[in-house]
Amino acid sequence: MKKQKQSLALLRNDGFQTLLASLLCILGGLLVGYLVLLAIEPSGAGGAIKAVMQNFLRYPNHKLQMKYLGQTLVLAAPLLMCALSVLFAYKVGMFNIGAAGQYVAGACACLYAALKWNLPWYLCLLFAMVAGALLGAISGLLKTACNVNVVISGIMLNWIALYMTNLILLQVKNPTSPYTKLIRGTNPGALLPSFGLEKLFNGEQSVTIAIPLAVIMAVVVWVILNKTKFGYELKATGLNYNAAKYCGMRENRNIILTMMIAGALAGMGAALLYLTGIEEWETTISSVPAMGFNGIAVAFLGGLSPIGSILSAFFIQHITSGGGNVDLQFYCAQISSLISSLIIFLCAFVGFFKFYMQEKLRKHDEKVAAAAQTATNEEGGNE
Amino acid sequence: MALLIQYTLLFASVLLLTALGGCFSERSGVINIGLEGIMVMGALGGALCMKFIPISLGAPVVILATILISVAFGMLFSLLLAVAAINFKADQTITGTAMNMLATAAATVAVKAMNTAMSGGSDVSSEIAYTTARELFMIRIGSFTINWFVLVAGVVLVVSWVVLYKTRFGLRLMACGEHPQAADSVGINVYKMRYAGVLISGALGGLGGIVYITAGVNAWKFENGVAGFGFLALAVMIFGAWQPTKIALAALLFGFFRALGNVYTGFDLLMALNMPSVVYNMLPYIISLVVLAFTSRKSRAPKAEGVPYDKGSR
Repeated sequence: MKKQKQSLALLRNDGFQTLLASLLCILGGLLVGYLVLLAIEPSGAGGAIKAVMQNFLRYPNHKLQMKYLGQTLVLAAPLLMCALSVLFAYKVGMFNIGAAGQYVAGACACLYAALKWNLPWYLCLLFAMVAGALLGAISGLLKTACNVNVVISGIMLNWIALYMTNLILLQVKNPTSPYTKLIRGTNPGALLPSFGLEKLFNGEQSVTIAIPLAVIMAVVVWVILNKTKFGYELKATGLNYNAAKYCGMRENRNIILTMMIAGALAGMGAALLYLTGIEEWETTISSVPAMGFNGIAVAFLGGLSPIGSILSAFFIQHITSGGGNVDLQFYCAQISSLISSLIIFLCAFVGFFKFYMQEKLRKHDEKVAAAAQTATNEEGGNE
Repeated sequence: MALLIQYTLLFASVLLLTALGGCFSERSGVINIGLEGIMVMGALGGALCMKFIPISLGAPVVILATILISVAFGMLFSLLLAVAAINFKADQTITGTAMNMLATAAATVAVKAMNTAMSGGSDVSSEIAYTTARELFMIRIGSFTINWFVLVAGVVLVVSWVVLYKTRFGLRLMACGEHPQAADSVGINVYKMRYAGVLISGALGGLGGIVYITAGVNAWKFENGVAGFGFLALAVMIFGAWQPTKIALAALLFGFFRALGNVYTGFDLLMALNMPSVVYNMLPYIISLVVLAFTSRKSRAPKAEGVPYDKGSR
């Protein structure tokens, strides 16, 4: 009896409900992904979904496992930053789909600073944040001054940023390939330092302070949103624009500032990827990198909490990296993006799920109360 | 010059069809950010049809079949939004965004699986070619080529205008987007009307998708989605103030700038400016931002747009 009560108390906890909902979303996404694999080629579907879920764990050797875990973490760090960008803006009532473009702007700025001006890594990082913030500020200004929907301006800026970046980075392009020059060869000072961190991951070169830095930023965002007056004002502006205005908060400044911070976070995400030297920018790409959009998936899967996003960023990157290991004779790596997009789609139902659970709990309470009532009534009758 | 007009009309048709779709959905009260994804799905259906249909059936059958299948794919996919937003009261922006990602991923996986299976593993691209079927869509008048789709778009425009403003259905649909409670109180089924709005947007968005991918090329790589055209259509819709006639004008303007990117090499004046080609790629997006900046202040969206309808709420 007592045990049952405890478990119900757990069910009532909002955080637990969010976690449960996220797990259900993941399960649903994986299930549909598996069905798709079955539909393509039944014989290898089990192996393929296993490859997606195992990622680095498929290597028998502990050293190799750590190396690939390191690579997964390196890619998860920028993903987390994009998720923070999305959720920060979302808490202030804006859907920052422009995170993808702000990320691109960050990539452009840090690579240009690193390869053209030969600046050290901390300045490159700063430039990336400024570039992202600028793009975010444009969205914010268009919203406050001209009433342009942030989603629409974000999308347009994504494409503008992509084409601009392709144009600008032509100047630091490797003459024989469409990629930018290697930072390692041109300006090693622009690479993020690792302080010996790579030794934990079997000497994986791309492991740097980017990983702890992203986690620290998640904590910082959590503190700003939940423990400061500034964060409170921002959230108030998001909940009710007019109420915030009449309370004397500077609502327009808050919106622009939010978009700038969101932009800076996404821009920093790009620097945390490109300044590790794990990959170069391809100056001929014709679609906006998926990192920013995946950030949306991560933010929602993490229940819109910075701390939850740390876990979900790792998970989404885990299955994305795992997607590269499927049997390419039948399947393709995009199965992972299919699964993560299904997960976001299911995340849209989280509100309904929580509502349904609360409704069930309420009914349960009523039943218990009614039972108690009849019990006392019966006792009364016995007297 | 003929080429410029040709492409302007084609791209304007894409934007017009898709934006009209968005218009129906938003007028009924559901924000449709998922138009981009709907376009991808429609394009996938149409491209598959054009690839596999026997050309010997003749142009009318091929054209009709392609249109119907694109429409069906778009409508089926838009059901995802309808179910989530109307029945489950889900956040429409997240649902739409998820649909966009889902469509590109699903189309890529499907086409790659098909190509891999058909070629026995040697072709793993996400490309569908439809060269011969595409020829059937062209009507040549001298050096000027007009596409059947342009005519279809024109018809859809007229029909949309009549349906929205001159029929009971259209007026009821718009009422559901402005004040669903009031609409419900006079016996209109808000859920049904919103379903209708979203499904129409699926149909028109799907059609827009096939028009877009067949506009300038003979094969399409589905990894690329539809390059933000669904969102351009949303901009056209906002710029067109949710009214079919203004949407048509807006579509022509945006179509012109998009077409410029395809044909600018044919103009000596533009070539003399010696601008890199990416500038022309950026142009439609920049113009749309600037235009929106100047027109959004006064724009008024349907009042109940984006708010899930709950019978119990007051």
